[in-house]
Amino acid sequence: MTDGKAKSTPLLDIRNLRIEATVYPPGEAPKTITLVHDVSLTLEKGKVLGLIGESGAGKSTIGLSSMGYGRGGVRITGGEVILNGRDILKGGKEGFRKLRGREVCYVAQSAAAAFNPAHRLMDQVVEATLLHGTATRAEAEKRAVALFKKLSLPNPETIGERFPHQVSGGQLQRVMTAMALCSEPDLIVFDEPTTALDVTTQIDVLSAIKDAIRDTHVAALYITHDLAVVAQVSDEIMVLRHGRLVEWGGTRQIIKEPRQEYTNALVSVHEIEHAEQNPGATPFLSVKNVTAAYGGGHVKVLKNVSVDIYPGQTLAVVGESGSGKSTLARAITGLLPPEQGTVTFDGRPLANRLADRPKEDLRQLQMIYQMADVAMNPRQTVGTIIGRPLEFYFGIRGRERDRRVAELLDEIEMGKGFVDRYPAELSGGQKQRVCIARSLAAKPKLIICDEVTSALDPLVANGILKLLLNLQQHEKVAYLFITHDLATVKSIADSIAVMYRGEVVRYGSKSKVLTPPFDAYTDLLLSSVPEMEIGWLEKAIKGRRMASAGN
Amino acid sequence: MSSPILKLIAQRIALGILLLLAISVLIFAGTQILPGDVAQAILGQSATPESLANLREQLGLNDPAYIRYFHWLGGVLTGDLGTAMSSGQDIATSIKSRLWNTLFLAFWAAIVAIPLAITLGLIAVRYRNGWVDKLISGLALASTSFPEFFIGYVLVYFFAVKWQIFPGISTVYEGMPFGERMQAIALPATALTLVVLAHMMRMTRAAILNVMQSAYVETAELKGLSAFNVIRKHAFPNAIAPIINVVMLNLAYLIVGVVVVEVIFVYPGMGQYLVDHVTKRDVPVVQAVGLIFAAVYISLNIIADIAAIVANPRLRHPK
Repeated sequence: MTDGKAKSTPLLDIRNLRIEATVYPPGEAPKTITLVHDVSLTLEKGKVLGLIGESGAGKSTIGLSSMGYGRGGVRITGGEVILNGRDILKGGKEGFRKLRGREVCYVAQSAAAAFNPAHRLMDQVVEATLLHGTATRAEAEKRAVALFKKLSLPNPETIGERFPHQVSGGQLQRVMTAMALCSEPDLIVFDEPTTALDVTTQIDVLSAIKDAIRDTHVAALYITHDLAVVAQVSDEIMVLRHGRLVEWGGTRQIIKEPRQEYTNALVSVHEIEHAEQNPGATPFLSVKNVTAAYGGGHVKVLKNVSVDIYPGQTLAVVGESGSGKSTLARAITGLLPPEQGTVTFDGRPLANRLADRPKEDLRQLQMIYQMADVAMNPRQTVGTIIGRPLEFYFGIRGRERDRRVAELLDEIEMGKGFVDRYPAELSGGQKQRVCIARSLAAKPKLIICDEVTSALDPLVANGILKLLLNLQQHEKVAYLFITHDLATVKSIADSIAVMYRGEVVRYGSKSKVLTPPFDAYTDLLLSSVPEMEIGWLEKAIKGRRMASAGN
Repeated sequence: MSSPILKLIAQRIALGILLLLAISVLIFAGTQILPGDVAQAILGQSATPESLANLREQLGLNDPAYIRYFHWLGGVLTGDLGTAMSSGQDIATSIKSRLWNTLFLAFWAAIVAIPLAITLGLIAVRYRNGWVDKLISGLALASTSFPEFFIGYVLVYFFAVKWQIFPGISTVYEGMPFGERMQAIALPATALTLVVLAHMMRMTRAAILNVMQSAYVETAELKGLSAFNVIRKHAFPNAIAPIINVVMLNLAYLIVGVVVVEVIFVYPGMGQYLVDHVTKRDVPVVQAVGLIFAAVYISLNIIADIAAIVANPRLRHPK
């Protein structure tokens, strides 16, 4: 602990918390695993403690234990959770129900999923307040409107009459924060509240949450895997790994002078050096004035887009959700035939429709997706998955195929032992590696990577990026790298196209695109990327030139 | 207010009418294919060829089939269902009281069965996988698995013969006092309720369990709502569309499929009327009843579709 002053009774005092779950591995007897190993923490009134770690670290599990809640079959099997001076674990179901929504409230990662689609926002916002009888409906609604204002939601007087689907994701996240604050709790558990948002929207929501915490003097557990985000809102940070405490200290100490190696790895995770390559003489793939639309031409999602890709280089396409990044990939692969414009490959135009392209063209363009686990057949082994393109494109079978599969596994830094494994037996990072191997098996000239690291923990994502860069050097493959994460772009790109509402607003070599003067949107995008710097949020909000589209 | 929703509803209704027309063609064609001659049937074996020809001319049986179809359809649309061959009575008049009896029975069976099935479904979800759930599911399944006539006779044996609480024969007549009428239908209504209960209850349970995994259910739990309120307020409204569908199917069954129960309790409803006239090969009556049953089925399904559209907030309140 950093401050040495004598402590009054803390608001929340978790002692030696142990949380277990029963898992049912396929083909084995059920077994009990421990998710959280004797973690202790204390939180003072009005303070914010950031819980950070990769997935499986037990952050959410610890956060929810302050409400006596276990997701799925998760059980709290040891320790004490002392809230406002009493051990809530002894209160039983009735006790939990009294404190949930009154003393402790919860803000979920995806507000879009956490709001009931069948009810108006206001009914949901005041529900807990009315349930616990802490205010009349009129008072609660007045409080809610005041909170909507504080969280700078548009039309605070009337937004409560809307249904969840009528409000954008960033706004919903703020309505959810208002919902948590409405019953005036002592503690709010924020569970990755900005992770699902675009970077430009995240900054607004983050700032709204921070102001609301400050003004209402509520204490908070802020759960995230993004250290730069948590550094903006927390007084203290606790680093967790595999359900164990790694390090706990003041925010400044954690990000500036981490004492543990793991924390240090988290702090320095984004730094990959990648020297920009100069574009060659001729691009092998050119997208010329492509316009594409959904719904029979009604919704234009790509407007007159032109980009070039050079052999063995990486073009990064950045932009927020709905900017047309993935649609560009769909247009290039022929999944969404463009209405106008052409895609040229090796000097000849590619057929617009996927069905009209010869096998050889299909082989040259491969894709890797964000969700590796749904991009693989769960009933096929790794060997079958990677071997399939070898059989399909080259007709390689039998021992020769097995040899190539082993080589590919070697290239993605996974051993031969994985050949007979099923996707469900792999970690997120390993699944993505298998997808990379599958695309490499076709020996393509271009791999389209659609948000391939977005679903991964930072350290794992980092490993994937390094692997992609290595493979590029060996195999001379080019990447079209679609992402919303600018740190990733800096690490991997040779040239960058910034997309906004279906148009390319800035395009050129990495150094050129990332050097001022910026256009308004690129400036917004760049300035919205959280930096591991205390006080960055306030500075960034002040320096903005345009509001984000998600608002 | 919202034109997309009106458009969708109009589409469903138009489709329903089209379907009904198609079915009327099928029903008409089907009865034409059947062997036998209406004139012969009316006049009997002793008819002379001359009188047969005369009657054919009179009934329009010599016209081509499509003209007879439109003639029949025109009659149906103006409320003239034709004349029963066996009795010579106007079909529309005889059907009126029968249909009313059937709807009366179906209405009271539904009034009991639907809320009961949904409540049992909610309770089963609340105590899912526990003994309460298993008991509810088991009993409901058992009551559905027994054939209707078995349930009917068991009810008659206990309630009519042994304890003599309710009559074993459900005679109703015009001008019967409400109380007596209710007593008369008590047993057939109970039998019907038991038959349709399980289907609706199990669908309610499955539909709600499906949305219990949603994040908004967790949100509700974390607000401190009791388990039953979480199900009622947050899960049920989002599970309503599939439940309505099954409810409507069962409602249709209560009107269309009650033949066996009506026969057991000698209840003067549509089912009995249909069975009587099928045995007499009274084609006009079979056509009329078939068309009415089809209309009931289709309109209830239209209602289910419309209810599902209206229950969807995304359609009710577009962006």
